[in-house]
Amino acid sequence: MLDSQESAARERRSTVRVVPPVRPRKLAKVPFVELADGRLQGVVSSGSDIARVYVSSVAAGSRTFSCSTNNNRPCGGLRGAPCKHLQALVAEAVLQYGKERVARYLRVEAGPDDDLVRLLDGGQESAQAAVVFSRFLRHLSYLELPDTTEPVAEMHWFPAMGTP
Amino acid sequence: MIGVQLEKLVAEAPAGVEEALALADGFDDALVHGLARMNDVQAAAVAALAGALGASPLGPAAAEAAAKIASGSVSEEHLVALAGARTAVFGAVHDALLAHLDGALGRERDAWEAAPQAPSGDALAGSRSWLQELAITGWRGVGDELVSAADQTLETLWDAPATRGTAMLLDGLAAELRAASPIATMDVVPARRWADLWARALLARPVAARPAETVSGRLLPLGVEVQEHGTAVQMVMHAVLETGGATRLVRTSVAAPKVDTIVGPAVWRLLHRYPLFLKAVAEHRCVEVTGLPLTAGGDLLWSEEGAAIRAATDPFVTARVQLAQATAPAVPPLDRHPVRIAEPVLLEDYSVADGVLTLHGHGLALDLDRLPAGGSVTPELVAASTACIGLLRWDGRWSLQVLGARGKVKRTEVEAHNGDWAQGPTDPKVLKAEARTGDAVAVLRERAGRLLRK
Ligand SMILES: [Zn+2]
Repeated sequence: MLDSQESAARERRSTVRVVPPVRPRKLAKVPFVELADGRLQGVVSSGSDIARVYVSSVAAGSRTFSCSTNNNRPCGGLRGAPCKHLQALVAEAVLQYGKERVARYLRVEAGPDDDLVRLLDGGQESAQAAVVFSRFLRHLSYLELPDTTEPVAEMHWFPAMGTP
Repeated sequence: MIGVQLEKLVAEAPAGVEEALALADGFDDALVHGLARMNDVQAAAVAALAGALGASPLGPAAAEAAAKIASGSVSEEHLVALAGARTAVFGAVHDALLAHLDGALGRERDAWEAAPQAPSGDALAGSRSWLQELAITGWRGVGDELVSAADQTLETLWDAPATRGTAMLLDGLAAELRAASPIATMDVVPARRWADLWARALLARPVAARPAETVSGRLLPLGVEVQEHGTAVQMVMHAVLETGGATRLVRTSVAAPKVDTIVGPAVWRLLHRYPLFLKAVAEHRCVEVTGLPLTAGGDLLWSEEGAAIRAATDPFVTARVQLAQATAPAVPPLDRHPVRIAEPVLLEDYSVADGVLTLHGHGLALDLDRLPAGGSVTPELVAASTACIGLLRWDGRWSLQVLGARGKVKRTEVEAHNGDWAQGPTDPKVLKAEARTGDAVAVLRERAGRLLRK
């Protein structure tokens, strides 16, 4: 809960931090993680084939999980329990967002010593890998967009804010 | 900035600011709950905002819009009229604050004389219909599905230079709406902030920055500010420009798209196509510019071809010698909003306690939140500093955003500026942390190269 002065400040200011800071992490294994559309979802690079990636996701609430290649072939490592891709996804999400935020999003009660992966007891489901994969491609496409030396006045609303 | 200037700035407030902002607050609250189902209090607040413009050219349209919306017809045209009314209120507040600041500092400012530009095409129609949906629904009712509905529109906005600013703004807004989900149960909705972004995007027209003149001369850096959200970063250099007798305050900037996992000092790598800009920033180099376009709003459009790196300078000397006589640029009409106030100043011989800088008994809040994450200017240095260059800002009160500071930390003289690591971090600890996480930009570019072009 925020005290009343702080809430007034959040309510009546033009620049406040709304998105919690993302912490830097190694991207090679899990290049993409997001909390969106009611899921923790992301893309995990294959350990053996440089051109193959796995799409893994966990649904908030039901805690059901899925993993398949980007061509929708089911992951061989998924036999009733989270595979190594899902384990990597959860571990990297915790690095990026913090455990508390991931647990809150998934609606999982996790104590400080709990391993989030062990709490994913919803069982396997088949999910649409294509949607997540296209979100990942969209994410990557930002790095292909041009830079500009024209002033962007709109960015005054987005001052860089240090980690609190 | 000396004690008597600070006293003038903070001891008096321009009249009418509180009352004007209260009018906007009522509208912002209506937007939190949605304009399609306003109660009597909210409808009265919207009518009051429109009423405040009574005598102005916007008045009749705003009054009609308020009445129509109260009766349940939330059309785009009516929303544009109300966004215009809200923007006019913030414009008036901006003008009052900036005039007050210029008066306190004795700063001369050019007047705005450029004629309005005609927009080209209507690339923003899709964005406006999304903004209309948001207004109908209200922030509290916004869910993931409505946020994602903007994705396609956003892609087209990023593609065209004239709409890229709006793309960056809407991307930032969409990410905030997503991060705040479920907004229905959010503690406090950032009502003013989201209404600001909403109104700015709704009134945006596809217009490219039009240079007023081309200039040649010496550019002396004062400091650099970092603006960023998940998918965009902009580095803005504040500088003094000397052109044959005239001394002007200018900004020059480079902006690049990014992704949220590129954070901290790594963001500078996104600007690798601008090595001279980065060198000037990191080494405080004087830059000889030749034939660069300068907008009437004081934005020098950087070009590597028109820039030559000269001797190293001391930003503190530049500030001390040049700031008092430099002419500040006019503010483009669309940009008149308090958030845009960012006036470079030099402060010396003050004391710092609890985040407040005190000079001759007058306090100025330090906006320490605005120090970029993992940068070389730390809150500790600012607290120990005796001289700093910063930007005066206003967001409910005056504050100072520090760009560079100098002081004694553990008995050694330390000086740091926001752009120190523009060419890569120089602090061994930071280098080590970077080596641990690897080069995020390179990893993602490799993935993009392999997966995007299949
Ligand atoms: Zn798997």
